[in-house]
Order: sequence, then structure tokens, then C-alpha cells
Amino acid sequence: MSTPGMDRANLRTPLKEVRGLGSAKSGTRHFIVQRVTGIALALLTIWIVGFVLTLVHAGDYLHARELLRHTFAAVWLIAFIVMAFWHAQLGLQVVIEDYVHTSWLEMLSQIAVKFVCAGAALTGVVAVIRIAIGA
Amino acid sequence: MAEFTLPKNSKVLKGKKYPAKAGTKNVRTFRVYRWNEEDGQNPHIDEYEVDMDACGPMVLDALIKIKNEVDSTLTFRRSCREGICGSCAMNIDGSNTLACTKACDEIKGDVKIYPLPHMPVVKDLVPDLTNFYAQYASIKPWLRTQTPAPDTERLQTKEDRAKLDGLYECILCASCSTACPSYWWNGDKYLGPAALLQAYRFIADSRDEDTGARLDELEDPFKLYRCHTIMNCTNTCPKGLNPAKAIGEIKKLMVERKGV
Repeated sequence: MSTPGMDRANLRTPLKEVRGLGSAKSGTRHFIVQRVTGIALALLTIWIVGFVLTLVHAGDYLHARELLRHTFAAVWLIAFIVMAFWHAQLGLQVVIEDYVHTSWLEMLSQIAVKFVCAGAALTGVVAVIRIAIGA
Repeated sequence: MAEFTLPKNSKVLKGKKYPAKAGTKNVRTFRVYRWNEEDGQNPHIDEYEVDMDACGPMVLDALIKIKNEVDSTLTFRRSCREGICGSCAMNIDGSNTLACTKACDEIKGDVKIYPLPHMPVVKDLVPDLTNFYAQYASIKPWLRTQTPAPDTERLQTKEDRAKLDGLYECILCASCSTACPSYWWNGDKYLGPAALLQAYRFIADSRDEDTGARLDELEDPFKLYRCHTIMNCTNTCPKGLNPAKAIGEIKKLMVERKGV
């Protein structure tokens, strides 16, 4: 007689299936960073909404550029860009883990998300620095 | 990849109708999911008209009446009929609950009854909970200690005992886990609210000496962190428990031992 509940197709017990590869002993760091970047974004978003409104009402391009050259504005803008794409990468990673169950496609999309987020963040940061130091 | 339609042989069709006897005054219609692997048919919804003047108040009373008097082929699990065994968990009127403690009066219109969602169906309202029970076994739901057993009971203070309130009452009916979208999509790797509530029941127990190892076993992107605080578990629990809070407490301990 076979073990109750045993998968007849592969002769493995349910406990064998459930225990799988065991615990990855990770996930907490991801959980913490997702929340910390979330808090940072909540604060930075309040600032950036105000800042973008100021830019819109700056009148002309030169004046707007002057606003961006302030150290304070540049630092906060860079912080916003880094936090936004970091947070986005962590969130998208979870969404892909949730829904994409084709192994190769999951790996491909996870790498793509990391590249796109890192690339977009770098581009944003370099753009802000260029304006800030007036290149 | 994702599939957005049901396979042909899974489409739920209209089934048979069993009308009440002529002259019955207080009639209620029960629309029940039926499926039997052996007849090779698609799942279908049978309609049973029940004379509520000759039926107990709970949905389980009606199901038992149908099985006894109308259609003996209707298959479902039940045992204690008073909300303590967890056998008759099913999806009633759109949410998972125990048929024995769900009053027909609480439901408007026809009473729609399906098996617990997203589980393999054995027959009619009987889901295959093999994976669910194995997940419970995997968290080793017993006191794990190294100190040799004392001659008397393992003592705990009243305050420590109170920490188990809201946890020990779980009857493992699987309503919460099968209501959780995260469990639907990743039930093979995510332990689900029921097993995690049970895991926390032993983490929170002052007599258990293996808290660190228990947390180690849970610290995993899937086993624990697939919980996205959707809260369907807490919403649906027929015992009024709060698995989402228990999971939150586990996450808090994870952060506490790691540090922000």
C-alpha cells in the first residue's frame, strides 16, 4: 500500500514536495528595503510635486535650469530617482515571482527589470549631475 | 505562461433541476457545484429547491437534507456539524466558510455552493487538501524543546498563555489559505495563511525552545514573503481569527532579529 496522498505519477510523498529545496534564508532584507525605499519615496514625492510645480511656473528654460543647479534640489532629485527605480525593481521582482511561472521567461524578465531599472536610474542621475555642474 | 480561459473540459455547465414538491410554501434554491471524475462529464451546477419549513437553519442542514431526501449522489465532507472539525469548509455565496455555521438566512437570493477555490476537486464539494496538510506538517506543529521533559506539565504564565489566544482556535478548515490569491498562484511554495498562523502559534509559545530554527525555516521569499497583506484570510475565517496579523508578527520578528 502506498503512502496516503502520495502522488501516483512521481512516487514522492506530499511532504517531500512541500519541503522542496528548503528555506532560502533570505527575503527579510528585501522586505525591509522595500519599506524603507517606500518611506523615502513618500517623503520625496511631497517635495518633488512642489518642485515640479515650481519648474513649470519658472517661466523660461534658463530660469528652470537655474533652479536645478541648486545643490539641495539636485541632491533631492537624485535621491528621488534612485529610490524610485530601486523601489520599482523590488516591486516588479515580486510581481514577476508571483505571476511568471515559466522558468526561462522568469529569469529573463528578472534580469531585464534589473537592467532597465539600473539603466534608467543611472541616466537620470547623470542628467541631473550634468545640469547641476553645468556641463 | 498565464492561461486566461478554462480548458474545455473544465467549463462549468448548467446541470439538473430538482424542483420542490408542489404546494411547498417556503422554498429556497441551492445551486451546487457537481463534478465526478468517473462520469467523464464537465462540472455542472445542479439546482435543488428545498422546503425550508422542514429544514434546519444552516447551509449544512440543507445539504444533508438534499443528500438524504433528494439526491444521494451529492458528495461533501462533514462531521461535527458545530464548527469545530473544519470538515465542511466550502465556498458559499462567494466566500469560504463552514457550511455548518453559515445560516441560510444570512444569504440573499439563491444559495450558491462551490468547493474551496483553486484546489484540485476529488468529487463535488470535496477538495484535495493533501498539499495543505503537508504544509501544516512541514512547520512541525508540536513543542520543540532541548531541555529534558519535566516530571510535571511544562508550565507557562497566564500572560504567556494569553499570547496563544486567537491562534490555538484554528481548526485547519483551509478557508483562509484557499481564499488567498497568493496561495492560488504559488500554493506549491507559499505556505499559506493557515500553516503560517500555526507556525506562529508555536513561535509565540513560551514553552517552545526552537524559535530561531522556526524563523530560519520560514525565512524565504516564497514560504513566508508571498503574503502581500491582501487580508482575504482574515476576512473569510469562519472562526473569526486573524491569520494576516499572525503573519505580520512573524515578519516583525524577522526584522527584529536582523535589524533595519
